[in-house]
Amino acid sequence: MSRVHDIVIRIGGESGEGVISTGELTTLAAARAGFYVYTFRTYPAEIKGGHAVFQLRLSDHPLYSQGDELDVLLAFNQEGYDKHHAELRSGGTLVYDRDQVEEASVRAEKTFGVPLTSIARDEIKMPLAKNMVALGALARLFSIPEEITRELVEEKFKKKGAAVIQKNLEALTAGGNYIEKNFPDLEALHITVKPTDTRLVLSGNEAIGLGAIVAGCREYFGYPITPASDIMEFLAEELPKLGGTMLQVEDEIAALAMAIGSSFAGKKAMTATSGPGFSLMTELMGLAGMAEVPVVVADIQRAGPSTGMPTKMEQGDLNLAAYGSHGEAPRIVVAPINVEDCFYQTITAFNLAEKYQVPVVLLSDQSLAYRTECIRRPDLSRVQVWEREMFQATNGDGYKRYAFSETGVSPMAIPGTSGGNYVATGLEHSETGRPRYDPATHQKMTDKRFRKVTAATRDFPAVETLGDADAELGIVSWGSTLGSVREAVELARAKGIKVVSFYPHVIHPLANGYLINDLKRVKRLIVPEVNMLGQFAGLIERQYRGEVIRLNVYGGLPFKTRTIVEKIEEVAGNG
Amino acid sequence: MGEMPAAVQAKLEYKSEVKPTWCPGCGDFGVLRAVYEAFERLGVDTKDICLVSGIGCSSRIPFFVASYGFHGVHGRILPTATGIKVANPALHVVGLGGDGDAFSIGAGHLPHAIRRNPNLTYVVMDNNIYGLTKGQTSPTSASQFVTKSTPYGSVEDPMNPLAMVLVYGATFVAKGFSGKAKELTELLVAAIQHEGFSFVDVLSPCPTFNKVDTFKYYAEHVAAIPAEHDVTDKLAALRLALEPEKHYLGVYYQVSRPTLEQRVEASRQKVRAEPQRELEELLARFT
Repeated sequence: MSRVHDIVIRIGGESGEGVISTGELTTLAAARAGFYVYTFRTYPAEIKGGHAVFQLRLSDHPLYSQGDELDVLLAFNQEGYDKHHAELRSGGTLVYDRDQVEEASVRAEKTFGVPLTSIARDEIKMPLAKNMVALGALARLFSIPEEITRELVEEKFKKKGAAVIQKNLEALTAGGNYIEKNFPDLEALHITVKPTDTRLVLSGNEAIGLGAIVAGCREYFGYPITPASDIMEFLAEELPKLGGTMLQVEDEIAALAMAIGSSFAGKKAMTATSGPGFSLMTELMGLAGMAEVPVVVADIQRAGPSTGMPTKMEQGDLNLAAYGSHGEAPRIVVAPINVEDCFYQTITAFNLAEKYQVPVVLLSDQSLAYRTECIRRPDLSRVQVWEREMFQATNGDGYKRYAFSETGVSPMAIPGTSGGNYVATGLEHSETGRPRYDPATHQKMTDKRFRKVTAATRDFPAVETLGDADAELGIVSWGSTLGSVREAVELARAKGIKVVSFYPHVIHPLANGYLINDLKRVKRLIVPEVNMLGQFAGLIERQYRGEVIRLNVYGGLPFKTRTIVEKIEEVAGNG
Repeated sequence: MGEMPAAVQAKLEYKSEVKPTWCPGCGDFGVLRAVYEAFERLGVDTKDICLVSGIGCSSRIPFFVASYGFHGVHGRILPTATGIKVANPALHVVGLGGDGDAFSIGAGHLPHAIRRNPNLTYVVMDNNIYGLTKGQTSPTSASQFVTKSTPYGSVEDPMNPLAMVLVYGATFVAKGFSGKAKELTELLVAAIQHEGFSFVDVLSPCPTFNKVDTFKYYAEHVAAIPAEHDVTDKLAALRLALEPEKHYLGVYYQVSRPTLEQRVEASRQKVRAEPQRELEELLARFT
């Protein structure tokens, strides 16, 4: 086998039997060995039982998508083989548990049958150590140094004592030895990489939690929901260390109400949820807009509507994020494109919320939430953190909480500040915050509130582009879809097609020419989205005068790169 | 406090320039007066008070007080107030609103606020009717009560707010009557001074839409809590709360339990580190 640079590994088997832990440990081991990693996972809705899948891509170069085809399939059981072998590329490698998969049934160019179950059960005397046997085997196949996997196992079981560590190390070695002994002329599938210590390996949700902390968020209120709960769990562990608070509360309405109360009282606060919880929060989103209280709400989209498919991915909440509330109240929607961007755009979300005193929605999704990637270690000294404009204490009266200004932003008094007493309200109000229902006030105040988000467009991170600047064919994507788009654009250009990709980090409001001015450079525009209606295409169409070509998949999984390549080819061919 | 001129000035200090929007004869005027008097008695600076309300006639009250206030959405007084208190424990946070806000749309928050025991006060101005929407039945309306939404009489039984919060485990439970301003002031003072979640249900008649539960009716049905009542005896408190046709006024129950803020602070103390070191340490978690 020639030296490979990019391997996609999928692990399939019964949930609760080590599929996920094998995947996670292999990912971490590969990252420590210097690989770039990119994972994709989907859980069954059941806690134990049901089919679990973990996909891991490793490479010697940065990765942008989970990969379309499998180079390696690790089947923990028959179902793991049956369900996925069709996606194994020709020439691919199959690793399987000989005790669980019918040997006669398997077909693959290269097969490695390892008795994972019986090694764990008979040799190690610990049936649960099957995942360690698998990790040992995979590490051996990919020449991941044993000291790295041993160190990981020691860290993982540190709290369980020396005996447990010893057992797991034995399992690890047994898996490696089995490969060594039974496949002696094995050509290692290894990639040569340079180890580096400037990277972090984390999931999208962890990156959001980390970003929130770095942005200065110290108060989090949440309610458990898939796939957002691990943001809450991460912050539950970390916020108290920083003098902050994480409370799991009775429902999503309480979560956002508390975050709004906390922010009104002067703290940077957030909550995170998924579609069903976000639906419940919409009334309070309007309140935050009306009362001008900064707050960040992360919506980790899952496939909907209603309960939908909680463990699957969709970009179906954009309309809700942009407009979900009665009446007209301003808000900003930020959409990170990958794990690293989850960190930076969470900071953007807080910065915009605080500076413009508006609710900001951070739209991530299930695939981005759960997968892990290698990111460059952020230089915290270079991260910009903005604070809201505060009213300074005075002895006099005359403070106007909602004073008209050019940008619409008025200094905010924090309770406890002398001379700043006011009532924040969801009623229409005068500059001092008193209830007012006259037409002139409502129009002027509505204008004031919307002026803020128009002004905020100047602070939106720049729209980025890839590909041919002078192309007539463009493609604009939002959120994690960029990963597949980036690879598709590279492949299309390699085939001689001129194409340019645009990707904004903020996707609403498209005011002040933001994004639209960039898009005007192209004649035809493809808008790929993981939803049926083309929600972003809808937002763009209101202002963009060229041809918008929708490309939608909505099966609960991210785009495959080739789906986008085919569309580019089709549209280019028609031109 | 002490000298007279200071006291008079203080009273003016709590009153805002906004004139109440309530109907003449509304029970809420009595509650408003008691709020002014209570803060005057406590001598709290207006900048350190935050009144939190929801939606309804009574929820307009923050506009009439010259303190900080948060007039939010219907039914969410308690989570909003909890967020404010957690963010700034130094504030005197008082939630005020109606029976619809507290016991209908917002009822789901009550047991949880009580479980957490934040050091804040919740005053329900209870008139057994929806007033702002012009006269519909409420969760405390009597069975067979005739309103615009129950023209043939309400088909539901009323809830008993005091019994409910006692059973939920509130650490301070009291009932007042807006027709007895002096006693109500004393209750509010005690409630605000209580370290923990204090609940005060105030009988506050609506003269416009509820012609049954009037000042006159309550004047005939209220009684002071018997002097021998032990406020730490929950079952005795429950017996008072469950007595039919009788409204005992005063403190039913008061015990001490760690507050939410204290418990949150205790968790922090278990793990607290230097901030800057911690951020770099956090990054190290992912290597």
